Amino acid sequence: MNILVYINSSNHLAKSAFEAVAYAKKIGGTITVVATGSVDDATLGTLGEYGAQKVLIDRSVATEDSQQVTRLIAKAAESTGAELIIFSHDLVAKAVAPRLSVRLKAGLISGAVDVPNANGQVKVNVFSGKAFGFVSVKSAKKIISLLPNSFQPEKTGSACSVEAFDGAAGTSAIKVIETKMPEGEIPLPEAELVVSAGRGLKGPENWGIVEDLAKALGAATACSRPVADIGWRPHHEHVGQTGVAIRPNLYIAAGISGAIQHLAGVNGSKVIVVINTDPEAPFFKAADYGVVGDAFEVLPKLTEAVKKFRSTPH
Amino acid sequence: MKILVCISKSPDTTSKIAFSDGNKQFDENGVQYIVNPYDEWYALVRGLELKETLGGNLTIITVGNAADEAIIRKALAIGADDAVRIDADPKDAYFTAVQIAEYAKTNGFDLILTGKETINYNGSQVAGMIAEALDLPFVSLATKLDINGTTARMEQEIVGGVQVVEANLPLVVSCAKGMAEQRIPNMRGIMAARTKPLTVVAPASVEDLTAYVEYGLPAAKSAVKMIDPNNMDELVALLHNEAKVI
Ligand SMILES: Cc1cc2nc3c(=O)[nH]c(=O)nc-3n(C[C@H](O)[C@H](O)[C@H](O)COP(=O)(O)OP(=O)(O)OC[C@H]3O[C@@H](n4cnc5c(N)ncnc54)[C@H](O)[C@@H]3O)c2cc1C
Ligand SMILES: Nc1ncnc2c1ncn2[C@@H]1O[C@H](COP(=O)(O)O)[C@@H](O)[C@H]1O
Repeated sequence: MNILVYINSSNHLAKSAFEAVAYAKKIGGTITVVATGSVDDATLGTLGEYGAQKVLIDRSVATEDSQQVTRLIAKAAESTGAELIIFSHDLVAKAVAPRLSVRLKAGLISGAVDVPNANGQVKVNVFSGKAFGFVSVKSAKKIISLLPNSFQPEKTGSACSVEAFDGAAGTSAIKVIETKMPEGEIPLPEAELVVSAGRGLKGPENWGIVEDLAKALGAATACSRPVADIGWRPHHEHVGQTGVAIRPNLYIAAGISGAIQHLAGVNGSKVIVVINTDPEAPFFKAADYGVVGDAFEVLPKLTEAVKKFRSTPH
Repeated sequence: MKILVCISKSPDTTSKIAFSDGNKQFDENGVQYIVNPYDEWYALVRGLELKETLGGNLTIITVGNAADEAIIRKALAIGADDAVRIDADPKDAYFTAVQIAEYAKTNGFDLILTGKETINYNGSQVAGMIAEALDLPFVSLATKLDINGTTARMEQEIVGGVQVVEANLPLVVSCAKGMAEQRIPNMRGIMAARTKPLTVVAPASVEDLTAYVEYGLPAAKSAVKMIDPNNMDELVALLHNEAKVI
């Protein structure tokens, strides 16, 4: 089978890029990558280590314009005879994969968490992570958008060739006016460790103990919805059903009750630690480790313990 | 300004999720349906704000059965001018999107708004599919939207920051948090909604491309391990040795 993997390499190759290629490799077939972005050839070539046979790159395509990216991928799919196209389920994929589905009349499975089973059905999370489903595709061509952090990339080969490719993508209908990137923060969707706090912290002036722990761990910070709504924390930190959905390796929640809408955004985390004064807080039911205690005492103690751990070799 | 807002139903966020028919169907027993929060809170309310400042008309559209008219009336009560129901079971995202695109093609809209995703299937598929079927530009997961003449300016959250983009109308935009504040319908709105026009349209003949064949519930988490609040060294050791996450 010919598989095409789309990678958006805007300024670096994210871990999810390797996951997508390794996922294609696991399914098996001839794997071509079609890429956009500004990453150099040598870096793109490392995708070969995860199973890509060749990388086609069109650096002229504007990733903010889903029409351009769709035209590029459609052309690459035609020239490689791809029957399956794989995305990593990020912002660009969410805009492009549905377009490509209509253009190629190829059924789209978004948010896949595993490779297709023996019947070709693919597991996805539904009901905001409260359940899973298996999706089958009726069309000959198929598109799968893989949920980041749900598949472990493995190196299996060596670097591959990288070729310039003309996607004949036309002009961009979307103009980027400005890009605002706060310095030094770890972006929440990419973070492997996250420290989060809720209304139990009482006020924005108390977030120092949350940030101290995050800093000691090298973690990103997050919060519950009411905390963002009252303006204690910036909106982009709000996780849950109506905020960002995250799947870090470790999620530490202090002073958050664990309402079902909050859990919907964090229940994909590998390990959950809950710190709450109330032993009956619903969050403990979803936790791996629980601490019944006052966040104002427990967080600084945990920060000290992490610092001690990090300063000794392991 | 002609605005079309796509509305779908979703189970109330506190609904118990269960399956019937050998795990092949979502068990609707006791499930209360609401307007999908992204559609109601963000797409619809921002659409109304734009209509109120720029003038024009706001139509809501849903692909669904007669039972879905309850959510249509709710959206009309919040302020939409009229409603369209494409009389079909929304089989999959492709089927749904093509139905909406067919309607939009014959009726012409300057702006088509959707929610970020439906909270039951979380696909984020329908909006991009509508855009492709109509060959229109598409801005996904916008957190702000302003219109100046025929130009739309939007903000999107990108990994690690925010991007401000512009595009010309007509345009498809999917709406995420930040767009607007939830509006609670008042008694006048609820009364007015009863007499606002609701057109039922026969579906176009469209095939579906995907199907859910089976569902399941995640395995129950093993019981939580409680740690003494005075022994954070133990927690750190467990996170390192047992959970292997630090
Ligand atoms: C449609 C809908 C969508 C929603 N979407 C989201 C969403 O995306 N994300 C989200 O988070 N919420 C969402 N909500 C809101 C959600 O239902 C809860 O109201 C919210 O998550 C509660 O936030 P909280 O846990 O910070 O506050 P609270 O519920 O007030 O809980 C505070 C917790 O802190 C504990 N506490 C108090 N003092 C301390 C202390 N000193 N030390 C330790 N613990 C302490 C308390 O015991 C309590 O458990 C949504 C609601 C609806 C209806
Ligand atoms: N049956 C439907 N009728 C009208 N609009 C819909 C329907 N299903 C989804 N949508 C719209 O498409 C958006 C994305 O849905 P989804 O692709 O299912 O995540 C929703 O937020 C709605 O705005």
